[in-house]
Amino acid sequence: MSDKMLLDAAGRLFEAEHGPDAWVGPGSGSMEKGAPIWAKIEEMGLTLGLAPEEAGGFGADPLEVLDTIRLAGRFALPCPLAETMGAVALISRAGLDLPEGPAAFAAPAAGSVALTREGDGFRLKGELPRVPFARGASVVAVVTALDGAPHIALVAPSSCTITQGENVAGEPRDRLTVDAALPSSAVAPSPLDAGRAFALGAALRAIALAGALERTTEMTVQYANDRVQFGRPIGKFQAIQQNLSVAAGQTAAANAAAGMAAEAAAALLDGGSDLAPIAAAKIRTGEAAGIVATIAQQTHGAIGFTMEHPLRLFTKRLWSWREEFGNEATWSRELGRTALSAGQGGFWPLISSY
Amino acid sequence: MTAIFDFPAPPEAPNSDALRAEVRAFLAEELADFPPRERALSWTGFSADFSRKLGERGWIAMTWPKEYGGHERSALDRYVVMEELLAAGAPVAAHWISDRQSGPLILRVGTQEQKDLVLPKIAAGECFFCIGMSEPDSGSDLAATRTRATPVEGGFRVNGTKVWTTWAHKSHYMILFCRTDGGPEDRHKGVSQLLVDLTTPGITIRPIKDLTGGEHFNEVVFDDVFLPESAVIGTRGDGWNQVTSELAFERSGPERFLSSMALLQELIGRLSQQPGNERAEVVIGRLSAHLMVLRRLSRSVSGMLERGENPALQASMVKDLGADFEQSIPDIARSLIECEPDQTAREEYAATFAEVLLSVPSYSLRGGTREILRGIIARGLGLR
Ligand SMILES: Cc1cc2nc3c(=O)[nH]c(=O)nc-3n(C[C@H](O)[C@H](O)[C@H](O)COP(=O)(O)OP(=O)(O)OC[C@H]3O[C@@H](n4cnc5c(N)ncnc54)[C@H](O)[C@@H]3O)c2cc1C
Repeated sequence: MSDKMLLDAAGRLFEAEHGPDAWVGPGSGSMEKGAPIWAKIEEMGLTLGLAPEEAGGFGADPLEVLDTIRLAGRFALPCPLAETMGAVALISRAGLDLPEGPAAFAAPAAGSVALTREGDGFRLKGELPRVPFARGASVVAVVTALDGAPHIALVAPSSCTITQGENVAGEPRDRLTVDAALPSSAVAPSPLDAGRAFALGAALRAIALAGALERTTEMTVQYANDRVQFGRPIGKFQAIQQNLSVAAGQTAAANAAAGMAAEAAAALLDGGSDLAPIAAAKIRTGEAAGIVATIAQQTHGAIGFTMEHPLRLFTKRLWSWREEFGNEATWSRELGRTALSAGQGGFWPLISSY
Repeated sequence: MTAIFDFPAPPEAPNSDALRAEVRAFLAEELADFPPRERALSWTGFSADFSRKLGERGWIAMTWPKEYGGHERSALDRYVVMEELLAAGAPVAAHWISDRQSGPLILRVGTQEQKDLVLPKIAAGECFFCIGMSEPDSGSDLAATRTRATPVEGGFRVNGTKVWTTWAHKSHYMILFCRTDGGPEDRHKGVSQLLVDLTTPGITIRPIKDLTGGEHFNEVVFDDVFLPESAVIGTRGDGWNQVTSELAFERSGPERFLSSMALLQELIGRLSQQPGNERAEVVIGRLSAHLMVLRRLSRSVSGMLERGENPALQASMVKDLGADFEQSIPDIARSLIECEPDQTAREEYAATFAEVLLSVPSYSLRGGTREILRGIIARGLGLR
């Protein structure tokens, strides 16, 4: 037995509410299925996992909390757990009121929104593209600058124009057009600037990718053992074995990367500013996602190319999440700039410091 | 199955910064004039003199008991020294195998006489080992070994041919893997590991030029070579288990992904002269990410070994991922810098590029081929 009570409890909950049985049949994988799970997740308190104890949290080990995001990836949960946890992590540290229900956070590119003072309060005006689950969120925590310093502004999607969109996995990614007056109680200095909040999002995606990768590889191995052609399970063919061992290696690398991301995300929330491990994790999990999805689809044959087979719940998340909060190219440029400015003599000292 | 993907966070090495700084200072001085094209040989580069200096510093046999010349330090400290040596392209081949593999084997299952004979000399950086496993007709299929040690009065008569034996021509001893009992049909049974003094009469060592033009590996012929009974390492007939239990040590270390560092560093040196080269940033960022993650995987396995677990499967994954990484470097370099590889070039970049280009095919052969490793992983997945 592991001594990770929170992780074990989350695993049991996800298995019961959105285990393999829920992945097949009419409506499987749809967001509508998320409501009952969500109620139980909130009941468990999981969404408060990254809040400090003095601000409504329950003193859980942040690494264990973040590992539940990997689990959520393993179960393709149709609800905004990572988004809400991230929003709560930021909101609680800014000393603002914790949200009721699902929440999201956004770290828009400079210039896309403007936060200004207006009367006793503030005004937030601009565009927030592709906000996860915005249509169902009670509040979106927008990290942006006010007078040159990072602030959090809480805006209710109900006060915005919502243009619905979704990623290829069917998860809502809505555009919010905001022009809202905010009371002074909805704005506070942010513990993380927009760049670091974006990196927090990247870390959450890297961790979730690792979970989805585990599941994709496991399902594919299982399928290779079950599917018989030429009188034997296709997993007995060496070509299939070699491909699946590649998938396993990529999954292992993604898991190690996720561990790195979790440690760095926890450090960010403690005031740290090192984004390199998160960059590396998002790059590596994103690359693994492409490789493993290809192998999984190929191994499943035509059945995997249908809307009926549950494989899609995972491969589509791999293809979606690797793009969100910066893809491999975005983060490679960032990390590469750091590496190249370290130069020939500084490169190894940089790498070996992690 | 999830256990296969589970690489726990590597343990922290306390005070490793001081050790790292010490090794770097030593290397900066020792290798001040050591050119990139020589560094490109990585852990194939041989210098008895350098190994002896490392021995003097206490950087060989770091984890072994003091009574055998060791230093009773942690595996994590040893890891720091190994990776610093590799990152600098230090010529570590002379003692690498004895420190990584042969010494630990003898420490674990050797006789008192064997331990006393070789361990203190290995620790001093004065005693070098090679590994005699592969044969002309037995490569991946190691159990097909034909070399035979036939029991005779007081010992064995050995006949057979080993091949690809790295640095045999500069080594003092070989750990010979051969059949002592039964026949070929017994496969994993009846094979043993024997300690061979390479000055023993009847042994002929012939260097073979490899793709780089260097003489790194050899053919070693045994013609009626007499070995005493006391040459048996561990248990006679148990060689297969002994060999396979070494594999996690052999396959998970930093030498499984740092072999192309000399070229990578030269490449970064050139690219850092071109600020604003976005394509270079993307490519080097990706390589940095891979390297950071490989290090974490490898250090995680090191932690498992330290805790006494047997991560043979995880080690195979590290080696497979690591070889992919190391092998990709020349192609990536040529996508960024136009240069005709030339070992004879006066210019270091072209020579380093050539040396690494010609070395990388071996990375997915030595120590277990890519296909064999992937077969092991597939077995771990329950497919075979
Ligand atoms: C630089 C270098 C240094 C070396 N140093 C040493 C040393 O010091 N001591 C030592 O004992 N050996 C050493 N070796 C030998 C090394 O261990 C062997 O090269 C390796 O085990 C493969 O054997 P082989 O070359 O005979 O190839 P083979 O086993 O003949 O393989 C040829 C090809 O067939 C593939 N293949 C074989 N079997 C299978 C299978 N079942 N399924 C799918 N594909 C298969 C292999 O993957 C490979 O691609 C060294 C090799 C190199 C390149």
